[in-house]
Amino acid sequence: MNENASGYLLETREIVKRFGGLTAVDRVSVGVRPGEVLALVGDNGAGKSTLIKLISGVYKPDEGSLLVQGSDAHIESPRDALEAGIETIYQDLALAENLDVGANIFLGRERIKRRLGLFRVLDDAAMAEEAKSVLDRLDIRIPSLRSVIRTLSGGQRQAVAISRSIYWKAKVLVMDEPTAALGIAEQRKVLDLVRTLRDQGIGVIVISHQMYDVFEVADRIAVMRRGQLVGERLVRATDPDEIVGLIVGSETVTKR
Amino acid sequence: MNDKEKVPRKSTLRGFLGGRWVAIFLVLEIVFFMFKSQGFATVNSAQILLFYGTQVFLLAVAELFVVVTGGIDLSVGYILGFASIISIKIVDALVAAGLSVPASILAGTVATLVIGLVPGLVNGWLVAWLRVPPFIATFSMLGVCHGVSELVINGVYAMGMPQLAADIGNGNLLYKAPHLPFIFFRRPEVERGTPVLALIPNIVVAAAIVILIFAFVLRRTRFGRHLYAIGGSMDAAVRAGIPVRRRILQVYALSSFLASLAGVTYAFMYVSGKADAGASLLLDAIAAVMIGGASMFGGTGTVGRTMIGALVLAVLDLGLRMAGIATFDKYILVGAILVLAVIAARYLPEAQHPVSEDRK
Repeated sequence: MNENASGYLLETREIVKRFGGLTAVDRVSVGVRPGEVLALVGDNGAGKSTLIKLISGVYKPDEGSLLVQGSDAHIESPRDALEAGIETIYQDLALAENLDVGANIFLGRERIKRRLGLFRVLDDAAMAEEAKSVLDRLDIRIPSLRSVIRTLSGGQRQAVAISRSIYWKAKVLVMDEPTAALGIAEQRKVLDLVRTLRDQGIGVIVISHQMYDVFEVADRIAVMRRGQLVGERLVRATDPDEIVGLIVGSETVTKR
Repeated sequence: MNDKEKVPRKSTLRGFLGGRWVAIFLVLEIVFFMFKSQGFATVNSAQILLFYGTQVFLLAVAELFVVVTGGIDLSVGYILGFASIISIKIVDALVAAGLSVPASILAGTVATLVIGLVPGLVNGWLVAWLRVPPFIATFSMLGVCHGVSELVINGVYAMGMPQLAADIGNGNLLYKAPHLPFIFFRRPEVERGTPVLALIPNIVVAAAIVILIFAFVLRRTRFGRHLYAIGGSMDAAVRAGIPVRRRILQVYALSSFLASLAGVTYAFMYVSGKADAGASLLLDAIAAVMIGGASMFGGTGTVGRTMIGALVLAVLDLGLRMAGIATFDKYILVGAILVLAVIAARYLPEAQHPVSEDRK
């Protein structure tokens, strides 16, 4: 039998994460296909953030497994996840605010060159150049690549975080509330960016509270409540009322 | 992504002062003492300043590495004392066992530096794996090093370093006697009372080489970049796949290594080892790092600026002494400068990371 009959690029199988007595993620099986945007929705504390931390290797699952292209991915650390092509953009963006744009795009995977054939030194010039080319490709403008992140606006920071993921040729991009801290114009641009990425065959998982964003950009919606997956709907076969019903667990609006 | 967003603008004066006020302060300080203290602006007093500052310079670099990651190492002073004692004990034992003096000194130094890694490895393990706050972990290590040192020397001090070590520790790279050419390493044999010019203390050269290597590591290597990232945002560093725990272990080990090296230089200079040899130097080292503009929250600071911070303190110390002003005035001034440095760091912010700025 084909292990990967579902065609998922990334999937969790019966994944469980407990914190003491609390089961934050309870036997969740969910997946994303290439060129698909999966929206992960749920109320505060529903387990969305824990689930993406499991996917990105920050937490180790207590039970269940994580599969990349149908085979067990053995993701035990953030580095394993990155090597498997899973890039995550957190709500707080996880940028080092004291470092410049190039340093952040290459954080943890710095370019080095040899000096005198002996010393391995940082190749900042090459990193800055590559940073510039990826920002240009996405039509992102930042006054100076030497600017430290602390001096950039929310939108610019988001752009740096997205550039970083794209630069590293993500197969799966996980985004936690990508539009939460942005102005209207910047929100639209981020959603456009998500569609561009999907069209390039990347599987995108988006966590969002904004129902508008979800229906604007997602192909499929997975709803979590109290750590469990309570429903999955195709966007074209559902409406915001039904999704809200699933989120809050109200019987009256649950139709299917 | 929004073109209209602007980088916060700094006024030019504040921008200019942002990275430079400590250096300017140092220059003003030197100029002040040139007028205030007789014989301050001489090659000799510059050498004295560097020679007796060696231990603080090394400890300040040790402290800087830890501070960049957002930690602090309170144990460096007593690690220095511990290393000063065991280096003498080991050399003494090797000579007694029949090994030649130069070989004993070399082996004793290497052994001390290796043993000197242990307190740092324990500190790093406590901080990175057991999540003990750095203040507590290294404060405990301070006590342990103090206690072990006193046990080793039975509450007195260690002696027995061979004369050769003292010659190296108090010797100079170059000597010049009247009517003779420059001589390397060896004091020329001249009549008593003939003025011999001694240039560049050996110990200062050794310390300078080590400090330059550490400056290079912090500024130009992947390891150094990781330390800044860890201090800037621990979460970002973890998620970027940086081996954060290993880096923290390494940084406390390096700190401990530098403190041990400072202890060995102490033993070479003073031919004795004391448990509290470095006790009062800890505060100078931390002050140097802070005056140099590093934030105690991590992510900032450079070796160059830390050295400027250390020089500000060294010049103050020597200048006041030569002007005949009581040393407790120094403590008040150090306190004042420290507060000034922290306020300056807040109100003269830098738009760029010091490392990128320096490299432009």
